[in-house]
Amino acid sequence: MIQAIAFYLFAFLVIASGVLTIMSRNPVHSVLWLILAFFNAAGLMVLLGAEFIAMLLVVVYVGAVAVLFLFVVMMLDVDLAELRAGFIKNFPLGIAIALVLLAELVLGIGALSAGHLELGTATGENAPNLEVSNITNIGALLYSKYVFVFEAAGLILLVAMIGAIVLTHRDLKTTRGHQNITRQVRRNPKEATQMKQPTIGEGVEL
Amino acid sequence: MIGIEHYIIVSAILFVLGVLGIFLNRKNVITILMAIELILLAVNINLVAFSAFLGDLTGQIFAMFVLTVAAGEAAIGLAILVIFFRDRGTIAVDDVNRMKG
Repeated sequence: MIQAIAFYLFAFLVIASGVLTIMSRNPVHSVLWLILAFFNAAGLMVLLGAEFIAMLLVVVYVGAVAVLFLFVVMMLDVDLAELRAGFIKNFPLGIAIALVLLAELVLGIGALSAGHLELGTATGENAPNLEVSNITNIGALLYSKYVFVFEAAGLILLVAMIGAIVLTHRDLKTTRGHQNITRQVRRNPKEATQMKQPTIGEGVEL
Repeated sequence: MIGIEHYIIVSAILFVLGVLGIFLNRKNVITILMAIELILLAVNINLVAFSAFLGDLTGQIFAMFVLTVAAGEAAIGLAILVIFFRDRGTIAVDDVNRMKG
């Protein structure tokens, strides 16, 4: 009973905040609704017993991606009226396409299940060990069977990081900390250091 | 009792909301990126629901990789947006036709 109440609460909130994300006039409000949607999706995943993915969702999405969105929205000086211009014009077409898509999805699920969805049987190869926690199970699988895929995911993040830096870095001489590679390579210990013999009480003159 | 159908329906609605968001905010690329995040969230809910109801952890591991790709995609997308804004002074993407030959 309490599970059903929690499910309907989270499901309602995730859908409502999804609607408000795409309908909000102000992008900042959109980001905040998106954060609420992520929190409620994390709640749904906790109900499913996937605590690790739920926490990952909160940490990665709310902590990193949503904050990145907020940064960009607030950094760029956007003209809200201009961006909303096509909203009314696109509304009927958008709603029509969305309804068709939703009808297809619901019909598909309904035809497949007709009240009850027949799930296939898992091979049992990656079945969770119910005596230990979800995160222990995921760790055991992730660092053994899927270790190369895991490293590939790390590589994707590295490429994304390098790409973002390369794209946004401005190569201006005026920026502080500009790197002059020729000067850096030419530098040698002989001219960079000098020996001094300071007398007591006077210090060093540079 | 809450079955897998409930989760799939929630995920389907969320997916459709994401597609609708792309259609409604055709000019605002920030909202389009947020709609893509909604779509990926729907996919993740689906994966985790099937993983939980089948008793197989592969879905949850795959959801983690979807999350990784979503984070990378958001970073790259926003970086492109920032340089686009620097160049044009607006983020209206209705008529991005500069690369037309």
